[in-house]
Amino acid sequence: MGKNYDVAPLQEWSSEYFKRVKSGDMGALPGVLGLIALCIVFGAMSEVFLTPGNFANLLTQAASVMVIAMGLIFVLLLGEIDLSAGFASGVCGAVLVILITNHGVAWWVALSVSILFGALLGLAIGILVSQLGIPSFVVTLAAFLMFQGLLLLLAGEGGTIRVEDPVILSIQNSNLSPLVSWLFFAVLAVVYVIAGLTKIYLRSKKGLKSNSLTICTIKTSGVLSIFGLGVYFLNLERSNNPELVSLKGMPYVVVVILFLLIVGTFVLNRTRYGRHLYAVGGNPEAARRAGINVKAIRTSAFVICSSFAAVAGMLFASRQNSISPTTGGSATLLYAVGAAVIGGTSLFGGKGRMSDAVLGGFVVAIIDNGMGLLGYAAGIKFIVTGLVLLISSSVDALTRKKTSSG
Amino acid sequence: MTSPILSLRGIQKSFGPVEVLKRVDFDAYSGQVTALVGDNGAGKSTLIKCMSGIYGIDAGEYFFEGEKIQISGPRDATSLGIEIVYQDLALCDNLDIVQNMFLGREIINRGTLSEETMETLARKTLDGLSVRTVKSIRQLVSSLSGGQRQTVAIARAVLWNSKVVILDEPTAALGVAQTEQVLNLVRRLADKGLAVILISHNLRDVFQVADNIAALYLGQMAAQVKTREVTDSQIIQLITTGMHSKKSEA
Repeated sequence: MGKNYDVAPLQEWSSEYFKRVKSGDMGALPGVLGLIALCIVFGAMSEVFLTPGNFANLLTQAASVMVIAMGLIFVLLLGEIDLSAGFASGVCGAVLVILITNHGVAWWVALSVSILFGALLGLAIGILVSQLGIPSFVVTLAAFLMFQGLLLLLAGEGGTIRVEDPVILSIQNSNLSPLVSWLFFAVLAVVYVIAGLTKIYLRSKKGLKSNSLTICTIKTSGVLSIFGLGVYFLNLERSNNPELVSLKGMPYVVVVILFLLIVGTFVLNRTRYGRHLYAVGGNPEAARRAGINVKAIRTSAFVICSSFAAVAGMLFASRQNSISPTTGGSATLLYAVGAAVIGGTSLFGGKGRMSDAVLGGFVVAIIDNGMGLLGYAAGIKFIVTGLVLLISSSVDALTRKKTSSG
Repeated sequence: MTSPILSLRGIQKSFGPVEVLKRVDFDAYSGQVTALVGDNGAGKSTLIKCMSGIYGIDAGEYFFEGEKIQISGPRDATSLGIEIVYQDLALCDNLDIVQNMFLGREIINRGTLSEETMETLARKTLDGLSVRTVKSIRQLVSSLSGGQRQTVAIARAVLWNSKVVILDEPTAALGVAQTEQVLNLVRRLADKGLAVILISHNLRDVFQVADNIAALYLGQMAAQVKTREVTDSQIIQLITTGMHSKKSEA
């Protein structure tokens, strides 16, 4: 025992962090600051904004965009783009709804088929990009139009297809009971703490430098208190007349998002595939020489992106109780790209995390939701969201400039 | 004289009508630095790409540890223990030192990356090469200086108990102090028993570290000589005219 391993003290860690921020690598900082600022501004200007009811509403609004953004991050990590992800979610949602409503297929079969369909769409895009070498911008722009057409055909003349499956509907419209919400929180918290401690233990056992317990405690308690606060808010009564119908607890969609977040983060950080994805995004030639199958990685990213879009399609169907020809259209994709970039994912590839999608998704949804509450027209909302996207991509571009010249 | 670990005989390589390598012979010895010199377009890069399996050879024989072998891709060369460090280093800026050193050959434990094992091995390798210029091996490669990046690239090449390390212009973009560091590292590699093949334009570097010098001239091996038996003006003559001016051989 004794001093047989290194521990980075808090002071060193924070000074390293500030050095990184000063050098331009700000990570999640702009997103977090933006989130806080927006909450303060909208909270002060609108009485409704900070109510539990609106918080739950905001979550379900943000959910589909977050899921599309999570998928997009795989593509963005390679420095590519998928402009078709929005309508891919619409098309896959339509497949899901048609299977359930028109053909009476069980929800989980329909969901699996729609995700598989999404994967096939992604495979087609990925092959065109990686094998033929067409820029992803062009391939997915064409796919954007084609998917929009496909959705129109599937939905039929001016039609919407309703979905009445209780399971699909409950995901965006029902809640875990407050007790189960807290239990869910407790389980995740325990797993999170154990994972953190295991890492420190393993590293110190091998005599490797690790962050001190203080830093881990601060980080862990920060994450858990934000999450816990969210659960607390969601467990408050948010029905207008609670005697008639009580509305409290964590929406099921939170479970879906957290599941995707954890699985995605695990794949990116802890598996060989994730490492190779970052490598191809950072330097494709280096990755190729290291024996990585760059084309397969590139193709797979599009497959994953469209599969996530299929899950988002299910969330759309659940929230709107139906699929229409505009599902996943309009500003959906731009909101998703915005969410990823605002969260800290680079458009130049090689940099990004799953949590960026959640953080940025909140920022985008809050702008949309808050301005809606304040009564601004849709036009203003689009302009503001567009500006936020521009600002965050400028931060991204400047960061890149600073680090590459430095 | 010990027998060479890597030996090429009569290597030919053409790209379309252009004959880049014309019956080239080349030897590299364990524990020695063999410099490969030649003017631009003499075929140095093509030759090392043939050695490392990136290009197939049109004709000629490839011997490794005395046995005739066929190399049909970079993986074949790697599995034999032949590693190449490119001039542009082929590092990923967005990954840290450990991640770069294990890129494409990550150590996996029950399906997940074994970060602790990889970090320990990386540390050991760098310590074994007496590298003390890198503060933390968990820093991103984008934050490293040119010499440090070269060090990481070389350390990656020797991580796998490799037997032959090919260095393509390792000092080309470096300052004086960093060049010195890298040359010391090159010498240490050979002293550890590896066969080092060093491509360089800088004859000062070559004379400082190389045991043998192979000079290519227009796709032909002008001569492969021992460093201590030649002067730099003779090497310059070999590079520029392909001719030996040694009176004894005239």
